[in-house]
Amino acid sequence: MKEAPGITGLILNEPLLWEKGKKGRRGFSLPRRDVDFCPLDENLTSKTLDFPDLSEVDVIRHYTRLSQWNFGVDTGMYPLGSCTMKYNPKINEKQARLQGFAGAHPLLPHTLSQGALKLMFELERLLAEITGMDAVSLQPAAGAQGELTGMLLIHAFHKSKGIRRSKIIIPDTAHGTNPSSAALCGYRPVHVKSNEQGVLSVEAIAEVMNEDTAGIMVTNPNTLGLFEKNLKEIAEIVHSKGGLVYGDGANMNAIMGMVQMGQIGADIMHLNLHKTFSTPHGGGGPGSGPVCVKKHLEPFLPVPRVAQESDRYVLSEDFPESIGRLHAFFGNFGVMVKAYSYIQSMGPDNLKKASQLAVLNANYIQEMLKGTLHLAYDRPCMHECVFSDKLQQPHKVMTLDMAKRLMDYGFHPPTVYFPLIVNGAIMIEPTETESKEDLDLFIEACKAISNEAQQTPQLLLEAPQKCKVRRMDETAAARRPCLAG
Amino acid sequence: MRYLPHTDEEIASMLQAVGKNSLDELFSTIPEDCRCTGILDLPEPLTEWELNDLMDALSSTMAASPEYTAFIGAGSYDHYIPESVSYLLTRSEFVTSYTPYQAEMSQGTLQAIYEYQTLAARLLGMEVANASMYDGASALAEALLMAIRITRKSAVAISSLVHPHYRRVVQTYFEPTGYQVVELPRLENGRTDLSPIHGINNLAAVAVQSPNFLGCIENLHLIGENAHDKGALFVSCFTEPLAYGLIKNPGSQGADIACGEGQSLGIPQSFGGPGLGMFASKMEHVRSMPGRLVGQTKDLEGKRGFVLTLATREQHIRREKATSNICTNNSLCALAAAMYMASVGGTGMCELASLNHDKSEYLKQELQKTGFKIGFNTPTFNEFVVEFPKGFDVTYQRLLEKKIVAGLSLAPFYPDLANHYLLCVTETRSKEDMDALVREVTS
Repeated sequence: MKEAPGITGLILNEPLLWEKGKKGRRGFSLPRRDVDFCPLDENLTSKTLDFPDLSEVDVIRHYTRLSQWNFGVDTGMYPLGSCTMKYNPKINEKQARLQGFAGAHPLLPHTLSQGALKLMFELERLLAEITGMDAVSLQPAAGAQGELTGMLLIHAFHKSKGIRRSKIIIPDTAHGTNPSSAALCGYRPVHVKSNEQGVLSVEAIAEVMNEDTAGIMVTNPNTLGLFEKNLKEIAEIVHSKGGLVYGDGANMNAIMGMVQMGQIGADIMHLNLHKTFSTPHGGGGPGSGPVCVKKHLEPFLPVPRVAQESDRYVLSEDFPESIGRLHAFFGNFGVMVKAYSYIQSMGPDNLKKASQLAVLNANYIQEMLKGTLHLAYDRPCMHECVFSDKLQQPHKVMTLDMAKRLMDYGFHPPTVYFPLIVNGAIMIEPTETESKEDLDLFIEACKAISNEAQQTPQLLLEAPQKCKVRRMDETAAARRPCLAG
Repeated sequence: MRYLPHTDEEIASMLQAVGKNSLDELFSTIPEDCRCTGILDLPEPLTEWELNDLMDALSSTMAASPEYTAFIGAGSYDHYIPESVSYLLTRSEFVTSYTPYQAEMSQGTLQAIYEYQTLAARLLGMEVANASMYDGASALAEALLMAIRITRKSAVAISSLVHPHYRRVVQTYFEPTGYQVVELPRLENGRTDLSPIHGINNLAAVAVQSPNFLGCIENLHLIGENAHDKGALFVSCFTEPLAYGLIKNPGSQGADIACGEGQSLGIPQSFGGPGLGMFASKMEHVRSMPGRLVGQTKDLEGKRGFVLTLATREQHIRREKATSNICTNNSLCALAAAMYMASVGGTGMCELASLNHDKSEYLKQELQKTGFKIGFNTPTFNEFVVEFPKGFDVTYQRLLEKKIVAGLSLAPFYPDLANHYLLCVTETRSKEDMDALVREVTS
C-alpha cells in the first residue's frame, strides 16, 4: 500500500498548568489604573486565588504542545459515524470573529442589532426550506437541547388540547439523547425494534401507538445509515391517533435537497448546525440545535422570536402559548453565523451534491470493505455504513482493538459499539469532504489491520503505539475518580 | 465547489465500484414519493469575496465596542480578551476535533479540559467542576434538577434576583415535571428575602445569584445556613465569575452546587452565545452531576494521561435514566476560559477583579455626587442600579446617538423599578468614558 499518514510525530512533553510558572509572572496586559483604590468590606473579600502565574510564552507553548496531541478534521480523516466530521471552512470562522458580531451585546435596542437579527431571520427561512418545515427556532444550544425543545413542544401541543400523554415511541436505533430528552419531559420511552431490514415496520408502530402515546422520535436516515422507507405510513398511523412525529436531524447530511422531512410526515425536526452545516465541533461544542416545526406547532416555539416589521427586524415575546426560553439569550449566535455563511457559499445545488457525495463515499467504503469486515445489513446505505467485528472475533480481536490500531495508521477511528443493536458495531461516516485517495488509504489501512488480526493480533491488542500515550486505563479512572489537580 | 474534492472521473469510477449508474440511483432505497421533486429554493452560491461583502454589511450595522461605549452587563460582559488567547483558540487541532471519545488521539483536549475543571473548581471554591454546560441559564436549571435527584424532594426556591432569563429557562425545564418553583422576593437593600422558605415543604434547593441581577453581593453564608437548616441544597449561581477574584466564592460560603455563566473568562459576547455554562459541586454528589467529566489516569506503561470518565451517568450509556440529556457541550469555550485564567493568573485575577470593582465604584460615586440616587446600599462588584429622573428614556436615546449605552432599563424585568437602570463598568471602560457619561446624563 501507499504509505499511511501515521508515523511517530514530533510530540513534546508538557506538564500540567500548575506544575509550571513562578509566582509574580503574568501573561496578561492589565489595563492602566485610572481610578483610586476603593477597598470593599473585608468580610466580603477573599485574599488569594490559587491559580498558577504564567508568562505569555508559558501559555502559548503549553497550549501549542497540547494541541499537537490532538487529532482534528484538519489533521486527517475523522470518519466518526453519526457525527458528520466534515471539513469546517475557514472563511466562516472569520465571519463569526467580525467585531460587529463578536463584540455585540445581546440586550441592546433592536435598532442597534439589525444585522444579527436579519441573519437569524434569514437563517430560519433557509433551514425551513431545507427541511420542508414552516417555522424555526434557533435557540437550542445543541442537538440534545433541540430534542428537549421538541419534546416540550409536543408536551405543550397536547396540553393545549387538554390532554396529557405519558409515553413516546423510540426505535432501538435511536441515539441515547432521544430517550433521555424524552425522560426530562416526563415521557416514558416505548422501545420498538427495527425489522430484519434494519428499518421500522408499519406493523410494529401500529401495535404500540395509542391514545396515551404522545408521538414518535425517529432518526432518518437511522443510525444504521438506512432510510426509514415506511416513515410516511408510520406518520399517518401516529397522526391518526393524535400523536406527533419528531424527526432527529442528526443524519440530515444524507438527504439535503433529496428529501424534505416536512413533506413526509415529520411535525418537528431538529438540526445540528455543527454536523450538517459544517460548523466545527470544537472538541465537544459549542454546537447549535435549531428546531424546525410545521405550522400547527409554531405558536409553541421558544421566545423571543425574530420577526420582520416592514423594513426592520425585532425580537418578540408576544407568543402566549410559547414553551418559554431555553437559553439565556438567543442561542449560540456565533455558530449560526458560520452555518449561514456555509449555506450562502454552497447554494442549493452544492448542498444537494454534498449529500450525494456523502452517500457515494459511504457506499464506496461499504462496498470495498464488505468481506474484510462483517456488514451488519447488506443493503445500499445512506451517508454511513455499519460493520461489526464478527469476522475478527475468532482471532480474539475486537472492535476496540481495530479502532485503536487505526490510530497507528493515522486515521481517527469510526464510532464504535454504536448503534447498540449491532454487536461490536463499527460505524463509518466518511462525509463528502473526503477525497477518493483518502478513502482508498483508509480502506487499505482497514484491510491491513484485518490481516494483522489474523497473523499478528498482538499488534492490535497493544495499539496504539504511535500516539502521545498508550492505551488508557479507563476502569481505574472511573473507580478512583481524579477530576481536579 | 472548493469543499467537494471529487472529480467527474472519480465519481464515475466510484459509482462503477458500487454498481450504480448515477448519483441519483444511490438513493433508490428512498421511495419515489418521499423524494424532492424540484430544487431547493435557496439563494445561489456566493464567492468568498461576495460572502465577505455580505457579512461585512450585516456586521457593520451592529453596535459593538469599541465604536460604542456600552455600560451594560446583565449577563454578558465586555472584558478584554488577550490576543494570545484568541490566537491559541484558532489551533485547528482543538477546533476541528470532536468529543474526546478516543482518548489516545485526544490528549490535548482532555488535558486542557482537566485543567479547566481544576481552575474552575478553584475559582468557585468547589471540589469538582464538569467539562461545561451550554450556558449559565441551562446550568442553573440542571443544578436544580440535580438537587431534586439528590434530596428526592420536589420543590425549589429561587431568588427573584437571579437573572430573569435564567428564571424563565428554569420554568421551561420544570414545566412538564410537576416540581414546584417558588420565587423569593427582594429586600429593601437589594438582597434576597429568605423568609418564605420556612413555609415550603419538601424543599430540595435554595438558589440565589451573587452578585445578583441588581449587582448586589448576597450574604451567601447566611443563605447556605438557612438552606441547610431546611434540609435543602444551596445552589449558588453567577453571571460574573470574575467577581471571585475579589469576593468570597460560593464554595467557601457553603454552596453545594455552584453554577453560572463563564463568558467573562475570555469568551466574546457574540450577541449572547456561545458562552460557557460552568457547573461545580461537592465531590459527594459527583455521580448525580450532569455533563462530561475528564479524569486523570495512566496508560498501560504507567504514563499519566486523561480520559472521559464516570460515563455511566450519561445519556449514551444510561439512556432514559441518565442524569441529563446533554451530549455536545461548550468545550471550546471551556478551553478559552482555561487559557484566559492561565494567562491572567492568580495574582492577575485578583488585580483585575479589584480594578473592575474600583472603576465601577468611581462611576457610582460620581453619579451620586451629581445627585442621582443609587438604587441599593448593599456592596456591589462591577454592576449597580441607579435611579434616574422620570423621562430619562429621552436622555438614553440621545446618548445612543452619541454611541453611549447608558445601562439597561430594569422596568421590563421589575415593574416596580421604573426609571431604574443597571449599569456595568469593566476594566475596558476608562475614567474618561465614565466622566463623559456623567457629563452627558447631567447635561
